[in-house]
Amino acid sequence: MKRSKTMELGVGLFMLAGILGLLFLGLRVSGLTFNMPGDTFRLEANFANIGSLKPRARVTMSGVTVGRVTAIELDRDWYDARVILELDAELEGKLARDTTAAILTAGLLGEQYIGLTVGGDPEMLVNGDTIRDTQSALVLEELIQQFVSNMVSD
Amino acid sequence: MIAHILNLGRRGCDVLEALGRSGLFLAQSAVGVPSREGWYLWLRQMHFVGVLSIAIVLVSGLFIGMVLALQGYTILVDFGAEQALGQMVALSLLRELSPVVAALLFAGRAGSALTAEIGLMKATEQLTSMEMIGVDPLRRVVAPRLWAGFVALPLLTIGFSVVGIYGGYLVGVEWLGVFEGSYWGGMQSSVAFIGDVGNGMIKSMVFALVVTWIAVFQGYDLVPTAEGISRATTRTVVYSSLAVLGLDFVLTAVMFGGFS
Repeated sequence: MKRSKTMELGVGLFMLAGILGLLFLGLRVSGLTFNMPGDTFRLEANFANIGSLKPRARVTMSGVTVGRVTAIELDRDWYDARVILELDAELEGKLARDTTAAILTAGLLGEQYIGLTVGGDPEMLVNGDTIRDTQSALVLEELIQQFVSNMVSD
Repeated sequence: MIAHILNLGRRGCDVLEALGRSGLFLAQSAVGVPSREGWYLWLRQMHFVGVLSIAIVLVSGLFIGMVLALQGYTILVDFGAEQALGQMVALSLLRELSPVVAALLFAGRAGSALTAEIGLMKATEQLTSMEMIGVDPLRRVVAPRLWAGFVALPLLTIGFSVVGIYGGYLVGVEWLGVFEGSYWGGMQSSVAFIGDVGNGMIKSMVFALVVTWIAVFQGYDLVPTAEGISRATTRTVVYSSLAVLGLDFVLTAVMFGGFS
């Protein structure tokens, strides 16, 4: 009987360790957070070219992560890319209407993300608004083309 | 010539028959109704295949994580991208290495033991005796082992990942001097809980089912002689390893191959 108790204890500890491990993988490794859906608000931004921006990319302000990209789709009215952003609810009503959004690249080979820069408009962006002032991703081929055509015209 | 073709046909029929037998066998043993008694049998098998495998799985996980960090660092540092070390270690462990290596170790450590144990029971006619006294050996012997393996391997895989990531941290951050924040931060921004941890767990469950299934079936179906037991034990390890590696490719293609 004593032996079976230690065995039960061993198996119980083993399963507990497994569950704790899964919790560690969830919280520490994959950065799972239990955000309420109301903790964010939505903004839209249209870009002429998004480069290789992907859903779940970061949205930053002065380098601080303030949200993420939730969806990217083709805008059928203007034929450009409409990017849906989800930002921290604390920023709702704090960003000026002429805030600019630019697609930036982290390092030479890094992933692309969106950088926001505040403007000076007294009116503020609220849930569902669209950011008007955007700057597309740098596409290397276009850059080279420009450079070459400048060289030729010189 | 005809004899060869006959031989080939007989082999084919044998293989198909064994597959059918093992499928029936799995279905019959998995439906064993858990009673108080069955719970205790399951517990004993959990202790044997799970708790006693912890040491080898965790030590391998630690070393694999450390080697990954060391190898990854020497390559990434050439591109000035050593901040991505945590991401690399975590993704390669969660998606591939933990499920596969833990399953291979499990096949060697627990699968072969299951085959030998059940095989010896069959060779000494314990299974037949059980049937004689009205105890279903599938329910009494096979079902607890099957369920124990199915529960234990995913848990061992989680342990493997956790220890491996910690091993990568020890080498990458403590020894090679990667910034601690970028190790964990890069990991958190790139690892998805459902997409990476969850898919790794699904892989591990599939491997657990396949490995224990092969192990108990080989034990139940062997030729009851000393030679038969040794052959069946070898076959368990070989078939399990091949099945794990083959299925891993298929599962990876479905999960991360981008066909959807």
